[in-house]
Amino acid sequence: MTDVLPQPTYGHGHGRPATGDTGNLADILERVLDRGVVIAGDIRVNLLDIELLTIKLRLVVASVDTAREMGIDWWEHDPFLGGRQRGSVGRGAGPEGPDAAALPEGTGRRTAEER
Amino acid sequence: MSDGQAFWLHGVTRQLRTEQLAGLTGTGGGPVEAVRVGDLVAVVARVDPDGYAEAALHRNLGDLHWLEEAATAHHRVVESVWRLGPVLPARLATVYRDGPALHAGVHDRRVALRTVLDQLTDRAEWGVKAYAVRSADEATEHSAGPVGGGAGAAYLRRRRAALAAGEAARQAAAEGAEAVHGALAGLAGAARRHRPQDRSLSGVAEPMVLNGAYLLPAERAAEFAELLRVLGARHPALRLELTGPWPPYSFAGLEDSETEDTEAGNAETGNAGIGNAGIEDESTGGGGTEDGGTGDGGGVEAAGVDGGRR
Repeated sequence: MTDVLPQPTYGHGHGRPATGDTGNLADILERVLDRGVVIAGDIRVNLLDIELLTIKLRLVVASVDTAREMGIDWWEHDPFLGGRQRGSVGRGAGPEGPDAAALPEGTGRRTAEER
Repeated sequence: MSDGQAFWLHGVTRQLRTEQLAGLTGTGGGPVEAVRVGDLVAVVARVDPDGYAEAALHRNLGDLHWLEEAATAHHRVVESVWRLGPVLPARLATVYRDGPALHAGVHDRRVALRTVLDQLTDRAEWGVKAYAVRSADEATEHSAGPVGGGAGAAYLRRRRAALAAGEAARQAAAEGAEAVHGALAGLAGAARRHRPQDRSLSGVAEPMVLNGAYLLPAERAAEFAELLRVLGARHPALRLELTGPWPPYSFAGLEDSETEDTEAGNAETGNAGIGNAGIEDESTGGGGTEDGGTGDGGGVEAAGVDGGRR
């Protein structure tokens, strides 16, 4: 973890504007995981929760709905996903959705939600 | 575009040649390439399909070290492209199995992509976070108050007063955050209010009560910063933090245009992307209490990763 500390801040009437403070890993992760344009990829991993920086990860879940839309199923030949059912992929499946249930052991979300 | 290579999409832009990205490496370590799709350009890096298949991605995204590298590389590319022109950053881990799939993915959404790109031209995103700071007044208030009854009663009174003060402070911070966001959104062309970061993510002990993103043309950046300064003075219970300029991550969404709506969904997409200042609000409860932990003044727990930075 290189730098998760907040960079220079300002408030209370001092400080300079427009200093390019975009080096904070937490901010970067938040942006790249949670925002940005969603274009149909063959694979789209949908991280619904970006609190990944915690030691106790709350990892989340893929949704491959867009791939399904495009009729792509190549990962189903992946031995890791051998048990996966075709119907398990659904649009808008949340963290509790069928996608998560269909993931093989150890590759799905890890929900260590305690803090 | 050779077989046996998948493509990691970093973003979409209008005009770019691969030469302009010379020396830049993408996620996975490969060189960044500009792939023309009609009048758009997909900015990609080739990745090993095995390492980026869905199961592998799941494993990798659970690996903080991997995630950090991927996210940092992705961001670096997005930012580099953005310095050359408008860019729609792709959500992390948008991967195509081959060239034709990449082409189709972008082509199918070209109208919406173009629209949003137009809206984001010459715009930057600025992030503003507000943290609730505890004033000295509050801290001393607790010990004051009328005396009477035994030690137990006094304790209960103090405890009650402390709780009330804490609640009042939270309320005040939430209202302050609302006011700050409203003022900033008024100046910005578009604004989003994101979920406040948990302490463990922010690395800051104080609860975050505002996590806003604001889209601004370059010439308004100074004005925005000045407004923020004024707001900081007006709301001493908040500590405001500015980050940016960022590529417009928070305003690049095509929203519902994921469906086959390239033409029809156009207007809606434009709407969702721009001009709804302050409407989009994914923060919960407005007070940074998304899961009950954030607003709890007692649970400091060393602020997660690097500990105790205030």
